[in-house]
Order: sequence, then structure tokens, then C-alpha cells
Amino acid sequence: MANFLVWVVWLGAAFGCLASALAVVTFRNPFYSALALIGNLASLAVLFLLLSGEFVAAGQVLVYGGAVMVMFLFVIAYLGDKSEESPWSGGPSWQIVGAVLAGGAILAEVIVVVGLTAGDFLSKPHPVARDFGSPAAIGRLFLTDHLLAFEVTSIVLLVAAVGGVVLGSHARQGEDPTEVHARS
Amino acid sequence: MRGPDIQWYVILSAILFSVGALGVMLRRSPLIILLSVEIMLNSANLLLIAFSRLHGREDGQIFAISVMAVAASEVVVGLGMIVALGRRNIDLDVDKLRTLRG
Repeated sequence: MANFLVWVVWLGAAFGCLASALAVVTFRNPFYSALALIGNLASLAVLFLLLSGEFVAAGQVLVYGGAVMVMFLFVIAYLGDKSEESPWSGGPSWQIVGAVLAGGAILAEVIVVVGLTAGDFLSKPHPVARDFGSPAAIGRLFLTDHLLAFEVTSIVLLVAAVGGVVLGSHARQGEDPTEVHARS
Repeated sequence: MRGPDIQWYVILSAILFSVGALGVMLRRSPLIILLSVEIMLNSANLLLIAFSRLHGREDGQIFAISVMAVAASEVVVGLGMIVALGRRNIDLDVDKLRTLRG
């Protein structure tokens, strides 16, 4: 019975994931696309919970569904309604056909390779302890085995913050900051 | 482990990745392209966490968290560029952006 319930939750989350991903790609208005992506991230967080990744699921909702998507929505609102007339990529229609073929090829390759090589290896997950993926376990790993990754991540975030400020800074007195710099 | 086996997660992740790749290839607006890149990164995250559960080790989850941080930085820089384009009244259309000179 419990297994059946897990399957129901999994199917719901997987369907929500795929439907909202398709919505992100097909909606004309970027605002609705961003809202659909929030649904996609939330369904992925449910899947992470089913895989006992509790801390990652919480981080997904807080960092992605919260901070990053709020930033997206602010930028879309700031830019106003600039929805183009034909949102699909220009050029002749063979480009679209080629893109769909390439996407289908990626999908087919992955599924064929997984089907050929995995065997029943994928259906025998390793037994795990109760606190697998809990914040305590993740934090302990971050401060012992993966300390370097932790520190490098903080530097990457700092550089990105500085880059965002530089890119978004206002030009003084209507002048282009790059031109001022070139003249001096 | 209750529920579906890992191969279902792999297949779901492959489908999500191709949907995101299609979005990157087909759409014109850089905003939607950034959103599609997010879908692709998240499908990779799903795979990392699924294999972390398969092997019973948390290292994959550490990796997924690092991917999340990199994705957040990428969004900051990408959105900064889009705001800079929008402030100069340049059309938000990747087919028309042929040079990235200021």
C-alpha cells in the first residue's frame, strides 16, 4: 500500500515536471514561463525528497524557487512587455526540424545507452541509513571531505555578485561607462 | 527503496534535458533561453541525486548543491547582461544580437 502511494506521488511529480517544462518552452509571455519554471522546480523538489535528498530539496525550494525565480520575475517586470511577434527561432523551417531532430536524438541516445548498459544494476539501490541526506550529514561532508568545493563555491558566488553589480551599474550622466573608461 | 527504480529517474531526466535543449534551440528571447538552461541544469541535478541514492553515498548531493550555486551565479550574470541590453533599448532577440561589443 505504501509502495502504491509512493508511485502515485512519483507519477504526479514527474507529470508536473514534464508539463511545466513544456510550458516554459512554449509560453509566449516570459512572465508565464518563469511562473511555470517555479512549478517545475517544486515538482523536482518532491522527486528529491523521494530519493531521500532532504537538504537538497529544501535548498531547491529556498534558493531556486525562492531567490532565483524572484530575481527572474523582477527582471521580467523591469523590462516590461517585450514579447516578440514570432517567439520561435527565425530562419527557414529546416532549422526547427533540425532542432527537434537533435533533441529527439539526445533523448533516444540516453535511453538506448541506459537500457543497453545498465541491466538490473539500476534496480538494486544500496541500503542507506535513516539520516541519509539530512542537513547534518551534508554539513559534515561539506566541512570534511568537500571543504575545497565549499570554499571555491563561495568565491564563485562572490565573483558572480561583483559581475552582476558591474553589469547592472548605471551609466553616469547618461554616458556609457565603457566610453568614459576608454577616454581617460 | 520504495517507489520506482532508478531507471525511471534516468528516463525522466533525459526527457527533461531534451525539452530544455529544445527550448534553447528554438526560442529567440534570451530570458526564455536562460529559463531553458535552468531546466537542463535541474535535469542533471536529478540524475546526480538519483545516482547518489543508488550508491548510498551523499557525495552526489554535495555535487548537486555546487551545481545549484553555479546556476545561481550564471543567472546573475545572464540577467545582468539582459538588463544592460534592455536599458539600451536593444531588441531582446538572440537572432539580432550579432556582436557583444558594448
